[in-house]
Amino acid sequence: MLALAARGLNKSFSGVHVLHDVDFSLRPGTIHTIVGENGAGKSTLIKSLTGVYQAETGSIELAGAEVRFNHPSQAQDAGVSTVYQEVNLVPLLSVARNIFLGREPRNRLGLIDLRALNRRAAEVVRDLGIDVDVTAELGVLGLGVQQMIALARAVTTEARVVIMDEPTSSLERREVEVLFSVARRLRDQGVGIVFISHRLDELWELCDEVTILRDGRVVHTGPMHELDRRSLISAMLGRDIAEHGVTSFTESDSSETAAEVVLEAKDLSAPGRLHSVDVTVREGEIVGLAGLLGSGRSEIVKAIYGGLETSSGQITVEGRTVRRGSVPAALRAGIALLSEDRKAEGIVPELSVRDNIILGILPRVSNAGVLSNRRIDELVEQWIRRLGIKVSSSTQLLSELSGGNQQKMLIARWLCTEPSAFLLDEPTRGIDVGAKQEVQALIDELAEKGMAVVLISSETEELVAGSDTILVLRDGEISEVLTDDQVDNARLLSALVDGGQR
Amino acid sequence: MTTASTAEAAPAGAGTRTRVEKLARLTQRNGALVILLGLILVSSFAFPSFASVGNLSQIALQAAFLAPLALGLTFVIFTGGIDLSVGSVFALGGVLAAWASQYGFLTAVLVPLIVCTLIGLVQGAIVAFTSIPSFIVTLAGLLFARGLLLALTEEGSETYKVPADAAFLELSRGSFLGLGFPVWIVIVLFAVGVLVLHRTSYGSTLLAIGGQPDAARLMGLPVLRSTLIVFAVSGTMAGSAGALTASYTASGVTTLGVGLELTAIAAVVLGGTLLTGGAGTVVGSLVGVVLLQVVANLINRMGLTNSNWQAVVNGAVLLVVAVAQVLLSRVQAKERARRRGGEADAPEPG
Amino acid sequence: MKAAPTTASVPGKRSMTVRAWIANYGVYVALALLVVINAIITPHFLTVDNFRLQLIQTAPVLIVALGMAMVIGTKGIDLSVGSVMALSAAIMPLYIGYGTVPAILVGILAGGLSGLMIGVLVSYFGIQPIVATLAVLIGGRGLANVIGGEIKNLSDPGLAALGSGSVLGIPYSVLSAVILVLIVAFLMRRTTFGIMVEAIGGNKLAAELAGIRIRTVLVSVYVLSGLLAAFAGVLVAARSQASDPRTLGLLMELSAIAAVVIGGTSLAGGKVRILGTVGGALLMQLIVSTLVSHNIPDSVSQMVQAVVIVVAVALQVGRRKT
Repeated sequence: MLALAARGLNKSFSGVHVLHDVDFSLRPGTIHTIVGENGAGKSTLIKSLTGVYQAETGSIELAGAEVRFNHPSQAQDAGVSTVYQEVNLVPLLSVARNIFLGREPRNRLGLIDLRALNRRAAEVVRDLGIDVDVTAELGVLGLGVQQMIALARAVTTEARVVIMDEPTSSLERREVEVLFSVARRLRDQGVGIVFISHRLDELWELCDEVTILRDGRVVHTGPMHELDRRSLISAMLGRDIAEHGVTSFTESDSSETAAEVVLEAKDLSAPGRLHSVDVTVREGEIVGLAGLLGSGRSEIVKAIYGGLETSSGQITVEGRTVRRGSVPAALRAGIALLSEDRKAEGIVPELSVRDNIILGILPRVSNAGVLSNRRIDELVEQWIRRLGIKVSSSTQLLSELSGGNQQKMLIARWLCTEPSAFLLDEPTRGIDVGAKQEVQALIDELAEKGMAVVLISSETEELVAGSDTILVLRDGEISEVLTDDQVDNARLLSALVDGGQR
Repeated sequence: MTTASTAEAAPAGAGTRTRVEKLARLTQRNGALVILLGLILVSSFAFPSFASVGNLSQIALQAAFLAPLALGLTFVIFTGGIDLSVGSVFALGGVLAAWASQYGFLTAVLVPLIVCTLIGLVQGAIVAFTSIPSFIVTLAGLLFARGLLLALTEEGSETYKVPADAAFLELSRGSFLGLGFPVWIVIVLFAVGVLVLHRTSYGSTLLAIGGQPDAARLMGLPVLRSTLIVFAVSGTMAGSAGALTASYTASGVTTLGVGLELTAIAAVVLGGTLLTGGAGTVVGSLVGVVLLQVVANLINRMGLTNSNWQAVVNGAVLLVVAVAQVLLSRVQAKERARRRGGEADAPEPG
Repeated sequence: MKAAPTTASVPGKRSMTVRAWIANYGVYVALALLVVINAIITPHFLTVDNFRLQLIQTAPVLIVALGMAMVIGTKGIDLSVGSVMALSAAIMPLYIGYGTVPAILVGILAGGLSGLMIGVLVSYFGIQPIVATLAVLIGGRGLANVIGGEIKNLSDPGLAALGSGSVLGIPYSVLSAVILVLIVAFLMRRTTFGIMVEAIGGNKLAAELAGIRIRTVLVSVYVLSGLLAAFAGVLVAARSQASDPRTLGLLMELSAIAAVVIGGTSLAGGKVRILGTVGGALLMQLIVSTLVSHNIPDSVSQMVQAVVIVVAVALQVGRRKT
């Protein structure tokens, strides 16, 4: 009997289909990983399994019986425990209190029996092979230990299924090893474990089975050892060009290497995230940043834009040094960043399209702080027309726009600032095919007119078709640089697979 | 991240804090106690009459009338909420006790407790079931309790007197082992408070609600019920403090309690409980209450007879403590980040 | 590197529309209803004198609410307003010897300073707005009491004129409220400041990445709120020809927040509705005056107000999401 099974799950958000008929089977006593790039539907699947979301169609079975979870606590009561990336325990309570929170052993007076509590907690952690003082406050312990305590809590709730959502993303190697030994022990006790990590090497180390998602569909499921790194990544990124369709990038003849350097970042480091990265972008050049999730691609552009704290490095635009760590300074110097997380870092949903577009150039569309409607209307109308943003009027609230139109609006916001270097982080994610091609064509056009462009995409085709040069990243470092005719899909894939392999 | 950070990471089990971190933490937790002891020491030298038994027991008695209020509030603040109605409810409790004292001891105690608990319960229900922030709910509660009080006292013109022979008077005037009953009551209440915080799952549930609301819900803890209870108990505590005061003054003074919620908040925060919720101590609040009374005593001695200086001090205390808490937390976060080899969890600006 | 922040999308958007409609226009409907009801049941309601009185009494709340609306627009809150009113009214008498205008200016300046302190604490030290302003709520009134002591008579002809004089039949206080409404509406709708305020409340991170100087804007907002509250304090003192720091502006924070929220400005920030705030302030005033004119005792009136505020705010913010 399966520990947990999902059949034909479908889920969509505001018209965007995120899960397509997804099947998933978890056998007891196995560790099963779900992999996929951002937006593949991984986290939606997890949330549908744990009661955070409810799938529109499809069924979920737990140990053979059909279940329906309307709330995470229902899933937990039924024996599905989740250990999240950010620890969901109470940092100011002791380890023992956290493990048994809400289910503490009591004495005759109904008070918590502290001795029994600590003793039982000590037993639990010892059984799992964790070396920790259970009376210590949780918050002072390392994140790794906290993850293990979360696991320990899951054990004591007699969970039959444990879902570990990126538990290792902020752990040291040694912490990871201890966590893995705990997970294996649980598996050997017959618990079914779903393990998610963007550190691919860990998967072979720990997991028995793998399910690969791409664009909301299951593209592969089977034993872990039958896949090698290359085939896993290929399946994850999807190489069949036919399915993705052609991109709207035109092959540009970027042979004029004599073009002037517009943007240069040297020796850029951010503690724990980037290690001495160099990026150079010339006039009219599109430099692609490739790398798997967590490789540091978004961190590079954030750091250049001043939105991420850096410990060292020098950034220059057209020869002039830009103060690090200051967004206004970067903007003034002519750098613009289209952020990866549109919702959290881009749009202001309750403002109108018009106000959203001019957010980055307020000083320029005003006299002594008073808005100049004439200038704003001109500018806004012009960009709405040029980018083909579909709105009923420029005063429409941004929250009413589709994802693609929101993205175009954001591009308009940044183009208004007349940047000489434009950093685009996943500009086509989560938008429909038509909008995608328009955005790609636009990027091409911008570069042709002399803008220096940095492009991040997890779709290899898009990168290959768009970029003149591709920097391949791994663990916050540049592991390989592809230039000119080296820029092709096969080359990029093998760079992603092998590049900088330790 | 495994690549660059130093290899000698701490073993999984050890989470040894640095000395700076420990010091910052200790200050955050016990700063009030240190200040209190220091202040008592200095004052004893500066004012010979300060350390007299008479003066100290006066301070203890004064503190006893504020302490229950602060206790109830402490638990509300654990959940990240606030109860601004306690001053009004306190006054209401006093008036109700004075009025009911004519019908005997038991009514004099029970009527204020029941009515004030009910007011707290209603406020708790509104906080639990709607998304109105607790400060708005309890500000309205403040207004409501004051209105009720006026309605009971002919628009404030009537002051109920406790009959001179009422047993109710003994509640505040009697003493046991040299300590007044109010002091004993407070000691018992705080002992219960400590037990609830440390020895029941209710206590940890409250801290979980304040510290990690999402976690509390995901763990399946009874968030709604706990919120309801915590506001109800805050009402009970405020009412009981009011009743005690009525017993002491032998009347239901309608104008008492204005701004008392603010003194209570200052005491709680001074005691080391975070206004953001999720962390704090019960004993610390008691220390905070006593500290504020000592300060009041000293203000008097320094010739600043205007009692309003107390409010100025309360406000200043709140600000200084709030700033200190933020700075101390930053120090700890920084040290922790350093310890973990640079994984930056820098505090967000602003 | 946060891969999956828990940004749960809201599926049930249809049920929002009725609520959204109430949030946006409910205040006007309620206001109209109350006017109609009063016209029927309250004698002498539809008279010029009565309207004049209602407007005079609304002016201070409205002025305070304007500042509050901006603060709430940035996702903040200002609990200090009542105490700031008392503070400015208490300081004024000390400087009345230098003339009416200097005295008023000093009073207003005190509000600005208090706002500056709060703004700095909120934006540079990262103290929660509720904590910082609560401290001023406590300390500010204490300070006002220390300075002002007992009730002080303010028999200054200039202040008397401000309090009860009028131009073309419009009382000065009403006139100044109208002017301030226009100024703040202009600030919010026609200047970069307004966009910045709403952008910070709507999505602080996005505003920051768009190069907006968050701290400067936040400090300005709290300073403005302090200035407006102080001016309201001056008006109240001028009208009563006295400053009583113990009661002046007491619970004003509640009335102002109620006016703003009932007017459709969300406590979650990101939107400032000035006309709605005007409606909210008028509504609150009309409720009180309706009760007063029917000889409802103060006690009942207070209880009714408390209930009305909770119900109205509950209608705006809705049920807790689970």
